[in-house]
Amino acid sequence: MNTHKLTKVALNDPVWVRYSLIAVSLATIGLFLLLPLVTIFIEAFAKGWQKYATELSDPNALAAIRLTLWVAFLCVPLTTVFGLASAWAIARFEFRGKSLLTTLIDLPFSVSPVTAGLIFVLLFGAQGWFGEWLRDHDIKIIFATTGIVLATLFITCPFVARELIPLMQEMGNEEEEAALSLGASGWTTFWRVTLPNIKWGLLYGVVLCNARAMGEFGAVSVVSGHIQGLTNTLPLHVENTYNEYNAVGAFAAASLLTVLAVVTLVLKSFLEWQQQRDSDSRAPSEH
Amino acid sequence: MVNKTNILPGFKPALGFTLLYLALVVLIPLSTLVFKTLAPDSLLTWQGYLDIISNERVQAAFRVSFLAALLAAAIALVLGFVIAWTLVRYSLPAKRFFDAIIDLPFALPTAVAGIVLASLYAPNGLIGKPLTELGFKVAFTPAGIVVALIFIGLPFVVRTIEPVLQELDTSMEEAASSMGASRWQIFQRIIFPNVFPAALTGFAMAFARGVGEYGSVIFIAGNMPYVSEIVPLLIITKLEQYDYAGATALALTMLLVSFALLLIINVVQMLLRRRTSEMLAPLASVVAITP
Repeated sequence: MNTHKLTKVALNDPVWVRYSLIAVSLATIGLFLLLPLVTIFIEAFAKGWQKYATELSDPNALAAIRLTLWVAFLCVPLTTVFGLASAWAIARFEFRGKSLLTTLIDLPFSVSPVTAGLIFVLLFGAQGWFGEWLRDHDIKIIFATTGIVLATLFITCPFVARELIPLMQEMGNEEEEAALSLGASGWTTFWRVTLPNIKWGLLYGVVLCNARAMGEFGAVSVVSGHIQGLTNTLPLHVENTYNEYNAVGAFAAASLLTVLAVVTLVLKSFLEWQQQRDSDSRAPSEH
Repeated sequence: MVNKTNILPGFKPALGFTLLYLALVVLIPLSTLVFKTLAPDSLLTWQGYLDIISNERVQAAFRVSFLAALLAAAIALVLGFVIAWTLVRYSLPAKRFFDAIIDLPFALPTAVAGIVLASLYAPNGLIGKPLTELGFKVAFTPAGIVVALIFIGLPFVVRTIEPVLQELDTSMEEAASSMGASRWQIFQRIIFPNVFPAALTGFAMAFARGVGEYGSVIFIAGNMPYVSEIVPLLIITKLEQYDYAGATALALTMLLVSFALLLIINVVQMLLRRRTSEMLAPLASVVAITP
């Protein structure tokens, strides 16, 4: 009892310190995070439901929603397959240059989104490397959906891999080796042993990747050309309407992206909790 | 750990696909930035590069971008540490909710963050109005850029410091306390040195992200040349004027400076870790992100 009391005292900050630190952190969370979140919806509904619905059923808004869904539909599966393949190679095998490869996968994180867009303009733009060839063959990449997809693939490249690599490294090879030595094929082992073990982490990576694919602004802004109804994604539509001084329109479109962000956060918390539970339940049987 | 006879299949196809995808999607596109600059028939000569970079408006943009990112990362570091500390050490109601919402800037598209911060801090906005009455103008000034970058950088700091505080063995603090150390001494001698490398990582990540940030900044910055114009915006401006050489020069410079800074911070971290390798073992996983 005595030591317990001592412990408490040792770890407790003085009351005034505690209260002022709590005040600072709640004020920061409130002012920087909660207030903006609430403001988006207040602004979106500032002129009522009717106006909100009108803004979102505008043909340009609908086209932007469709394009955003289409880009995510193309990018998320590719990034997921890449994440699985790279995690299998990096977490399951030893080879030279492994840490270099891991660094390269993370590279898009340290590149400005604007630069990410620029490099595709340098490759496929009118004055780019393949510019002339593309024009001769009547293929449009920049200022078209293909360019938006390429820029989004660049930006989202590390998202699934980053979640899976540490997870699979922590898991170790033993369970898969056991399955194989009992006669399971490679694919069966992957579907029956690997995938169930990493499913929450994989979903988590997919959710984050999807949020970024739908929300990317800088890179997409450079390659899209902002053609209303054609190459405007939802974030670009937000910018367009905002710059036209249509605040309700901008915040209505923004509210959709905010719902996406909130759903992402809720799923993230849930998936992290599931992953934690899974690895907790696995731990005792291993040791 | 050592596994010489790895019986798992699929190494070659997995690695092959990884390398091919990475080359096509990331490496080849990114390398154009370098080749565009170095190629003999390039748009850019060394003299041309120097002319672009020494332009006054360009230099002002670099100053604005780097100083704002530096200041914002420093403020995010302090606020982020306090948030991580309160979330780990104190009992709060609705802690899970607060913890989850920290990631909002990761999940919220930057354009959305941009317009909402701009309308909150505008002279007639909810926060901007009282601030304007007190004589502070935030939106459409460099201060607005700092506000947006604090928003963007905050989760990087909290998420790197939080796990270290959770892993920190409280028995050291108990021992120090029982030997008569004050709470402040414990912070200086035990908590601070343990958290420092993670804090540095969080700071570096917030800074690197801040320098390149575009979407959340342009709406609140005002984008006045020489005053509140950031480098990413200037790149886009040059592109819109079909000045490919100028845009490439700026992008390459920004990339190189960011890499150099991250490299320096990584080296500092390695030296720190070597000095206190046992204490900081749990950190290894956190440091991985910087190139």
